[in-house]
Amino acid sequence: MRRVVITGTGMVSPLGCGTEATWARLLAGQNAARKVTEFEVEDLPAKIACRIPFGDGTDATFNADDWMEPKEQRKVDPFIVYAMAAADMALADAGWKPESNEDQIATGVLIGSGIGGLEGIVEGGYTLRDKGPRRISPFFIPGRLINLASGQVSIRHKLRGPNHSVVTACSTGAHAIGDASRLIALGDADVMVAGGAESPICRISLAGFAACKALSTQHNDNPEKASRPYDVDRDGFVMGEGAGVVILEELEHAKARGAKIYAEVVGYGLSGDAFHITAPSEDGDGAYRCMQMALKRAGLTAADVDYINAHGTSTMADTIELAAVERLVGEHASKISMSSTKSAIGHLLGAAGAVEAIFSALAIRDNIAPPTLNLDNPSIETKIDLVPHVARKREINVALSNSFGFGGTNASLVLRRYTGA
Amino acid sequence: MSDIAERVKKIVIDHLGVDAEKVSEGASFIDDLGADSLDTVELVMAFEEEFGVEIPDDAADSILTVGDAVKFIEKAQA
Repeated sequence: MRRVVITGTGMVSPLGCGTEATWARLLAGQNAARKVTEFEVEDLPAKIACRIPFGDGTDATFNADDWMEPKEQRKVDPFIVYAMAAADMALADAGWKPESNEDQIATGVLIGSGIGGLEGIVEGGYTLRDKGPRRISPFFIPGRLINLASGQVSIRHKLRGPNHSVVTACSTGAHAIGDASRLIALGDADVMVAGGAESPICRISLAGFAACKALSTQHNDNPEKASRPYDVDRDGFVMGEGAGVVILEELEHAKARGAKIYAEVVGYGLSGDAFHITAPSEDGDGAYRCMQMALKRAGLTAADVDYINAHGTSTMADTIELAAVERLVGEHASKISMSSTKSAIGHLLGAAGAVEAIFSALAIRDNIAPPTLNLDNPSIETKIDLVPHVARKREINVALSNSFGFGGTNASLVLRRYTGA
Repeated sequence: MSDIAERVKKIVIDHLGVDAEKVSEGASFIDDLGADSLDTVELVMAFEEEFGVEIPDDAADSILTVGDAVKFIEKAQA
């Protein structure tokens, strides 16, 4: 199979617009959680979220008008705008602008979303009820569909290769990058624009996830303390929003044009829990098998892993993942650093796996593990370094990124430093 | 310009994101103002909403320019 490397990244995250701005703030220990003020939350159990810093575009704020014309924004839900922004950034970062027919056909798009245009569907429902079917916009459907992120990106950049999407809840971003890598490995494309996007912060979503008992509800008065993976006082995740997109490229294709290489995508694992619609199986076997498959594909063993970007949502499931990792790494536990960046940016749902894969690539690039914020009192003892509070400089050549989603759907990616060999 | 024409023009400017000077009476939504077929459906809906008129699909198909829209609405409201 052909080898696949990451040659560009782009993101819109609660810590900022742009990969480098987000990364710098993440390493500095900044926390994006705050009280939601844009809509009524008093009757909701969870009143906090990690929102994108909206602004005029300066100081890494996100100005939607910089990425999509206002008249086009009006037709789509925000997850599509975030995807367009992240894809623009990633393509520019990679220096890939296919203009020939051949290059356009060799470049595909695979961007997913966990939920898609939830808020737009709610608004459409109100319109149908209050004003009738003749008032439903012709843009109602194409502005909400999950694969329209891939569609819109392909149209803007004339990318006429495989056009696909993924919907696997919170594993979406990781599955998108894994599946897109395979399309390149198998020769169906030379370059793929891959990742995830999500815009879930609205009343129905906060109500729905709280009803599932998934959200933190005990830290509304102290939002920055709410996302605290592995800590005894954790009580659920904090919802985030944004998009992460990478440019995946066949190794020789990247080398031939002198592209910068962040890391190589060497492993990808997938599994199903077959246990419960929202809870992971208590034995963590699905997570274990998923990581094991990814390492096997990479031709690596647990002894090779330096850093793990955990799924670590700040729910009870954190310890299930941790136990699965301990089972995987065995006696090597003490040499591994594992952190949950959701402690800083919240849970970006369908975008999480993509944003976290980018963090994993940057951890390799810069030899530093981003921190797990708020880890004051770990709920269980482990020999694994959970990187509490502050980032840790250390050698990182192999990183594993986990994503687990509702429905018992698991994905793991293994990235390795590219050394030219 | 009549009141109706002014209001039609404003809707077209808002929905299609075009400069006011381009929105002349003879301007075609698709050929001159960059609309696609979905944009024209939405424009017709916006006219219906603004003027409280019903524009049946076959009539909508014949509204191709700013002037066509003004004429239809003037007639419907007469």
